[in-house]
Amino acid sequence: DEQFESPSKPKFPILLPHRLRVTTEASCRPVKYTTQMIADGVEDEEKWLAAGIAGLQQNAFYMHRALDTNNLRDALKFSAQMLSELRTSKLSPHKYYELYMRAFDELRKLEIFFKEETRRGCSIVELYELVQHAGNILPRLYLLCTVGSVYIRSKEAPAKDVLKDLVEMCRGIQHPVRGLFLRSYLSQISRDKLPDIGSEYEGDADTVVDAVEFVLQNFTEMNKLWVRMQHQGPAREKQRREKERNELRDLVGKNLHVLSQVEGIDLDMYRDTVLPRVLEQIVNCKDEIAQFYLMDCIIQVFPDEYHLQTLEVLLGACPQLQPSVDIKTVLSRLMERLSNYAASSSEVLPEFLQVEAFSRLNNAIGKVIEAQPDMPIFGAVTLYSSLLTFTLHVHPDRLDYADQVLGSCFKKLQSVGKVEDNKATKQIVALLSAPLEKYNDIVTALKLSNYPCVMEYLDTETSKIMATVIIQSIMKNSTRISSADKVEALFELMKGLMKDSEGTAEEVDEDDFKEEQNSVARLIQMLINDDPEEMFKIMCVVRKQIMTGGPKRLPYTIPPFVFSSLKLVRQLQGQDENPFGDEATTPKTIFQLLNQTIEVLLTIPAPELALRLYLQCAEAANDTDLEPVAYDFFTQAYILYEEEISDSKAQVTALHLIIGTLQRMHVFGVENRDTLTHKATGVMSLYSEI
Amino acid sequence: MVLVLAIGDLHIPHRAADLPPKFKSMLVPGKIQHIICTGNLCIKEVHDYLKSLCPDLHITRGEYDEDARYPETKTLTIGQFKLGICHGHQVIPWGDLDSLAMLQRQLDVDILVTGHTHQFKAYKHEGGVVINPGSATGAYSSFTYDVNPSFVLMDIDGLRVVVYVYELIDGEVKVDKIDFKKTANPR
Repeated sequence: DEQFESPSKPKFPILLPHRLRVTTEASCRPVKYTTQMIADGVEDEEKWLAAGIAGLQQNAFYMHRALDTNNLRDALKFSAQMLSELRTSKLSPHKYYELYMRAFDELRKLEIFFKEETRRGCSIVELYELVQHAGNILPRLYLLCTVGSVYIRSKEAPAKDVLKDLVEMCRGIQHPVRGLFLRSYLSQISRDKLPDIGSEYEGDADTVVDAVEFVLQNFTEMNKLWVRMQHQGPAREKQRREKERNELRDLVGKNLHVLSQVEGIDLDMYRDTVLPRVLEQIVNCKDEIAQFYLMDCIIQVFPDEYHLQTLEVLLGACPQLQPSVDIKTVLSRLMERLSNYAASSSEVLPEFLQVEAFSRLNNAIGKVIEAQPDMPIFGAVTLYSSLLTFTLHVHPDRLDYADQVLGSCFKKLQSVGKVEDNKATKQIVALLSAPLEKYNDIVTALKLSNYPCVMEYLDTETSKIMATVIIQSIMKNSTRISSADKVEALFELMKGLMKDSEGTAEEVDEDDFKEEQNSVARLIQMLINDDPEEMFKIMCVVRKQIMTGGPKRLPYTIPPFVFSSLKLVRQLQGQDENPFGDEATTPKTIFQLLNQTIEVLLTIPAPELALRLYLQCAEAANDTDLEPVAYDFFTQAYILYEEEISDSKAQVTALHLIIGTLQRMHVFGVENRDTLTHKATGVMSLYSEI
Repeated sequence: MVLVLAIGDLHIPHRAADLPPKFKSMLVPGKIQHIICTGNLCIKEVHDYLKSLCPDLHITRGEYDEDARYPETKTLTIGQFKLGICHGHQVIPWGDLDSLAMLQRQLDVDILVTGHTHQFKAYKHEGGVVINPGSATGAYSSFTYDVNPSFVLMDIDGLRVVVYVYELIDGEVKVDKIDFKKTANPR
């Protein structure tokens, strides 16, 4: 039976060396493989790839014919030849992959053929041995893995034995790119055949432990190959090597992904076996690229619950990594995942407390920042920002924790000075916005003593942006700020908006300025307390603050102040007893204050606005039966009308307002009323139609 | 069925921070065909917001409005009705029905919409209707101590207009409606 060849004789011809097969005129020249050619770049690579594909397809064609005619011998011969294309050193990982994928597809057909062969009576054990007679090791190993797949499926041997054999045989390839793809192939075909819990390949001897062992070994070997690439070749090509390494990283990471999918790995096995072995490899390989990628991989593929329970071990590995590893990104991502985990369900929160997550992370971050004094401020703030988000989700009631994080960040900022870097500033805004979003209440955020300290470090522009964020939060949540202390604290944060910063006058876009001041005006509406005493204190704080705003801001800030004060007057009217006792605040006091405040508008000048506000005060004084006060306000209004308002349209409106208000005044005695009316008619007679 | 929103005297940001959330959730774009605004918005942001609810926006000038270009009065025709708008501070005594009726005759309109007093009113008066939608934010008014946020929605259908008034009282939106029928013009 010609299908059964004697295993002692190597059956395959010496494979032809890889030949450059080109169809252009250049093929006439003798071809020599020199490093110069390799360095000559992409164009040649395209040619080599094209040649490789052509060779592969040609042999595949003959292989198909052999499969169709059940010719095992030829099938093995041509598949080995086909696989020889993968022996090339000429292709970058990106291009090698294209070749690999085609080979992979062809090998699937071959695998089906092998399976059918065994049904036709061919012994799988003999087939397993037969393929080892391929002349070159790489094709040999690809064929071996392919047969191995059928072998495992046949269950004639325990899965673990075949897997162990394959993973060790692959050591024969020590070239990084070829080795990585070969082991990747092994990983791909073995994936559904691991002796996992509940799998058909599980047996008495075969357990998930063996599955884990297999994957860990493949992973370890793959990482070693991957790291070796870093040191191959001249120093000047380092950048290109690193780029190529990055193209290959998912091949290594895939093993971790496979582990994460193994059903039989529970927390104990993860903690006792998987994680320590993986971390061991990561730490020992001493390679920056591998360490960063694989730490991140662990964090992304394994469940958050596992990370919590192994937090100490995971964080403990960080100081052991190469100093150049971007550990802050790794930690930030870990914290982000844990934050989301905490946010997903309140049931997991006790776990966080149990493993002391906050203090461990806090310490780890502190250590990292201390160990890397040259870390750019952007990085440090990102870390604190992630930690703060974490804290807010996991310990929402622990304001002291949140304050602690802000405090540490503040200390770091102090050591650096004013922040110039745009990215860093954005991160500080994110840091400060997080408590606002979580608490939905600026009042709570104001309890964080370090909050204003951190805000100090924003430049003027960003300080204004942050102030606007705060105002938006207040508006969105309809938060009321109801004590003078809190208002003062709030204004401290708002000062970028409420007055010019010391030093240079700023160039502000007019529309932006308007928007800002209008939002400050809206904010003033939210500063309320139903208790008149407290409300008066608040009004005093507001007045003090807006008076420092300068002429450009006053037209925006004085009106809301005036109307809030008039509301307070009504509140006082509603009380039976003056809550302030015999002395101090009465409506009269407030009117005095208002008079002084509105007066300031004349210096800007804003006479029309002042006139309206005087008339409003007059009406309010009317309602509190304060005749001289009302008269005084009216006089002021008249003066403005006669002396300051010149535009005719404005005059008409002003007159309407004066007369309309006057018509409603009941507080005036005959004399006062006559005087005021006389003045009004005098002016009115100048107009023929009103 | 033509829906006309009558709204005004919001006084944002001088006397109020924003529309009440319950009103905001009711006023969605695409439902209203015309907006009549009595004035005193006061700022551009409010104008833009109203415009986003309905592009056919008619505003008259209130004495606190930032934009001085709004007209003192405006008239427009919707279906069979002629409507007139005026803020109302120009009509003295403020809120006096007879004086408003005079303005209505002057403008020659069936429905006069004015504001300024922050008090909702809807009268039938000598063959015409006078409506005051009140203050949509319940802003402070020297006119009255008791201001509830309110606005008006008019449903104009042929010769009939149904006036719905929405008032926010103690945190709840209460709706009332008044029917007016116009006699066909003999002219």
